[in-house]
Amino acid sequence: MSEKRPSLSPARFLSARRRHRSAGLVVLLFGLLAVGSAYAAFAPDDAVADNSAQSQQIEEGKKLFAVGCASCHGLNAEGGANGEGKMAGPSLIGVGAAAVDFQVGTGRMPAMQPGAQVPRKTPTYTQEEIEALAAYVASLAPGPAVPAQESYDISKATDEQITRGGELFRTNCTACHNFAGRGGALPNGKYAPSLMNVDPKHIYEAMLTGPQQMPVFSDQVMQPEDKRDIIAYLNALQQQKDPGGFGLGRLGPVSEGLWGWLIGIGLLVCVAVWIGAKGVKAKGAKAE
Amino acid sequence: MSDKEFPPPVKYLDDRLGIAKIGRKNLRKVFPDHWSFMLGEIALYSFIILILTGIFLTFWFKPSMGEVEYQGSYSLLKGLHMSEAYASTLDITFDVRGGLLMRQIHHWAAVLFIAAMMVHLLRIFFTGAFRKPRELNWVIGFTMLFLGIIEGFIGYGLPDDLLSGTGLRITQGMIGASPVIGTYLNFFIFGGEFPGDDFVSRFFTIHVLLIPGLILALVTVHLFLVVYHKHTQYAGPGRTAKNVVGYPLFPVYTAKAGGFFFVVFGITALMGALLQINPVWLYGPYNPAEVTAGSQPDWYMGWLEGSVRIMPGFESHFWGITLSWNLIIPALLIPPAFVTLVALYPFIEGWITGDKREHHLLDRPRNMPTRTGIGAAFITFYALLWIGGGNDLIATHFGLSLNNVTWFLRFAVFIGPVLAFWVVRRVAISLQRADNDRLMHGLETGVIVRSPEGKYTEKHAPISNYEAYSLTAHDRMLPLDIGPETDDNGVRAPRRALNKLRARLSRFYYADAIQKPTTHELEAAHEHAHDSDEIHDISETETYREVTSDRS
Amino acid sequence: MSDENLPAVKADEEHSQVQVAEPIPDPGIEPHEYRITDIDPKAADRVERQVSAMFTLAGLLALGSCVAYFAIPRDSTIAFGPLSGNANNMIIGLCIGLALFLLGAGAIQWAKKLMVDEEISEDRHPAHSSPEQIADISDAFKQGVAESGFTRRKLIRRGLFTGLGLLGLPAIVLLRDLGPLPGRALFNTIWAKGIRVVNDVTDRPIKPSDMIVGQLVNAAPANLAPLQEESPVEYQNAKAKAAVIVVRIKPSEIRTPPGRENWGVDGILCYSKICTHVGCPISLYEQTTHHVLCPCHQSTFDLADGAKVVFGPAARPLPQLPLAVDAEGYLVAQSGFTEPVGPSFFERG
Repeated sequence: MSEKRPSLSPARFLSARRRHRSAGLVVLLFGLLAVGSAYAAFAPDDAVADNSAQSQQIEEGKKLFAVGCASCHGLNAEGGANGEGKMAGPSLIGVGAAAVDFQVGTGRMPAMQPGAQVPRKTPTYTQEEIEALAAYVASLAPGPAVPAQESYDISKATDEQITRGGELFRTNCTACHNFAGRGGALPNGKYAPSLMNVDPKHIYEAMLTGPQQMPVFSDQVMQPEDKRDIIAYLNALQQQKDPGGFGLGRLGPVSEGLWGWLIGIGLLVCVAVWIGAKGVKAKGAKAE
Repeated sequence: MSDKEFPPPVKYLDDRLGIAKIGRKNLRKVFPDHWSFMLGEIALYSFIILILTGIFLTFWFKPSMGEVEYQGSYSLLKGLHMSEAYASTLDITFDVRGGLLMRQIHHWAAVLFIAAMMVHLLRIFFTGAFRKPRELNWVIGFTMLFLGIIEGFIGYGLPDDLLSGTGLRITQGMIGASPVIGTYLNFFIFGGEFPGDDFVSRFFTIHVLLIPGLILALVTVHLFLVVYHKHTQYAGPGRTAKNVVGYPLFPVYTAKAGGFFFVVFGITALMGALLQINPVWLYGPYNPAEVTAGSQPDWYMGWLEGSVRIMPGFESHFWGITLSWNLIIPALLIPPAFVTLVALYPFIEGWITGDKREHHLLDRPRNMPTRTGIGAAFITFYALLWIGGGNDLIATHFGLSLNNVTWFLRFAVFIGPVLAFWVVRRVAISLQRADNDRLMHGLETGVIVRSPEGKYTEKHAPISNYEAYSLTAHDRMLPLDIGPETDDNGVRAPRRALNKLRARLSRFYYADAIQKPTTHELEAAHEHAHDSDEIHDISETETYREVTSDRS
Repeated sequence: MSDENLPAVKADEEHSQVQVAEPIPDPGIEPHEYRITDIDPKAADRVERQVSAMFTLAGLLALGSCVAYFAIPRDSTIAFGPLSGNANNMIIGLCIGLALFLLGAGAIQWAKKLMVDEEISEDRHPAHSSPEQIADISDAFKQGVAESGFTRRKLIRRGLFTGLGLLGLPAIVLLRDLGPLPGRALFNTIWAKGIRVVNDVTDRPIKPSDMIVGQLVNAAPANLAPLQEESPVEYQNAKAKAAVIVVRIKPSEIRTPPGRENWGVDGILCYSKICTHVGCPISLYEQTTHHVLCPCHQSTFDLADGAKVVFGPAARPLPQLPLAVDAEGYLVAQSGFTEPVGPSFFERG
């Protein structure tokens, strides 16, 4: 922005930013901090004493939940209705820690605005807060846990495993996410997101928990090594440099046709115009 | 040549072939110079590039669906079972040096080949170059376009990758919807059930031998006819229906057209080097249980795909048979009807206008407002179906709902062409008015003059005689008159209804076009302009419709 | 009405106010104007140097492409922002492409700037033959017809047409063996009573307890995999019809069509994966709406409602495979499909 902003008094500064996108979040974090410290100050001593680290984490998560999630998902995560009687947020009882880690870790939750689909964005919680929220939700009912690091560790994947992952990927994933993991359209404005630059853990969790429209691929049916192979193939795809030049978005023939017309026919018509153009004429007669 | 003897090698040939007789007529053959006359050449050159790169590819491509285990250098598919066709395509891509380049040039040239034929066709259409005596050459050109599209689609199917297999599966489904013969056709084409193991070898022969041979033969006839009819030209000073003005084949057009071949080849090769096309290794081998989002055909099949996509689903089941209207209408009726209309357009227009003269001067699109409008309607219809073929990518890239895009197109394919016809025809008529304005009142100079009475007027400068001639060098086309209902003896004229229809259509073609000014009107305008700078009280040239409605 | 519609002439007859004569007479071809290269020898020499430089550079680049072919290792890559590629391939392509382009551009420049650019005119002749030629040829043709007796000798004529016409038949008949007759092939799949439902690719059988609500399994019949060894073609053909999707939906959300009450197992339903429109494999499953979308033409089916079509060009629901559980607790088919799978065809019924 070229023009200089006039300086604001603190009050005006705040009121000017009241409608800022992350204002709600700031207030929320502020509130959180206040509630947390108040609680720490007034909590009875004996309660603290018999809490293991885990239950403290759950308590922590519960508080975070009450402030950041309960307005849609209900105070006890039982699911909530909005004013018009429609479901604001689904019940989270039994979704497990993996679902929380995926939804909050990819920034999808907390959702900013209603729409056909909640998009991925920069996470608003820290990793510790996410773990606390996950621990709380996991404590409500059993559900898929956050996968251990070795289950999505692809550093030792062999060529054979990658090939197998490719076959699984094409059978189970490309229909929605496209042959190169670039995403695709779903009905009514929904879409399968791009899988580029997604944390392997989150891909694993997505398969495990089936976020939003995505179906579930449970560990019993698509076993951990299947998931790992798929992630390894995706990673190899992403690492792979296109051998033939600009990849044109890896979107298939539609973008190829577009480029063929714009660049190919476009340039050739320019040359044709050059061939047919009458050049600059000299003023004056031929000097001979 | 000052010496009267050929040098020995040329003499050798002339003694046997009489080349001087052929060359005498053609060496200095005149070609008119205009950029729009080079579009067909792009198609011709792309075809040559396709043959050259195609021959290269056949040296390594194995047209077989026999199953092999891939052991080439592309690690992401290593060890997978696939057809020899797909494996050899991967080998060309990753293990033959320059193979990927040739594959990509071949594919880009195919994209350009059909695009150039289509642009060329549009140029011919909008300038009326299809009129007598060139109607048959239009049909030949159209046939090549049709064959080119089939050739391209079959070529797209040869590598046997997931995308091409999906395309063939769709085609198979469409063929299967043909009443009575559909299932049999499919079993004969694919050697049984889909996918079978026959289609790659069968399509290969059609792709490298049958269709290229046919196109080659048609190109020869097409070019021979261009030479025989001599090229059309735009009207202009000294450029009449009885001559052709331009540069000689040798040397100017040898250099320009020959140079253009290398430019087309060069640009195609640069595209092949820099823009990745049809990355079959990403799609994986064909597997009938797999599919990918963004399954689309190459662009020239996109309109057919769109037509099928936006069709609502309905079928009839009776007497133990099924009629799939959801395929019969959008795939087996509408596209053939559309292309037949395009193929026969010269004859349709010829019949309506009753114009049986030879035409060698091109129309400016604005001087044939109805034809130009029809062309715009055709383009709009085609483009809307084309968009339909990519409705999923449109939805994701513009944040729209797939279903809404489809619903929009379901209506737009009917409304859009009508709207386009009306708007473009109006624009053409307005441009005609602007031409006449320029002709009668000259150029606006921007110089404002104040007369002694205090009146302000803008000075107009007359346009050059050459430009004025160019603006008026077109026919004064009027609707067909079919004569009285009955002749002098009270006998009704034969085929009255048909002729009435013809007259109505002819009126539709010509009645609203602006006629160029007459000598009298021009003189009046110019004289008046001399008297004073007031120029607006002269009656504008009227359309046929205005003249006839005044009379009645 | 005359067949020849010559509008200018007709206009003259009917509307006297429209005159026939061209309003502006043809002034003839514009006088030729010289180019800078025509009058300035220095400019012409400059263009000559330009063109020859382009031609020479084209030659050098052609050589360069050969050098690149041998000198650049096959597996080296180029990565430059979004542009990447196999170095060998790309450099060869750039050299050849530029060489061709320069050769062409040089020739065009030569023609535009140095070759004589005075436009010349050539007369046209009508496309039709002259009356004498027509008379000659029709005489010759009539003579030939008379000499052959073609019109007089009806028997020969009929025989010739019969012979020629019937020769067309073998040309068609000989194509008969292009493929077998369809028979009942399209009505059957390899699914049958008791065949286990297994994961596609991994071939693992599925227990109902493995599937949770929202689950999607891309599956195949257990008797498919052994076919691959026996006959790859049979395998592909069988797979093209037998592929299925298995989903688990909350039983309370399912509307079971009459007669299919026991086709599912605790909300686990199995449908053909082959779209009833033109046969794309369909598996874009939305677990909250239970809709499955075909990526080819966007037909949408509601799996919780007998897979009926809710959007798009398909006209029929996806066929459902009745499921049961075998003694070992794995999902099996109760029977084959009760209707043909895949796209419609005429004889389907």
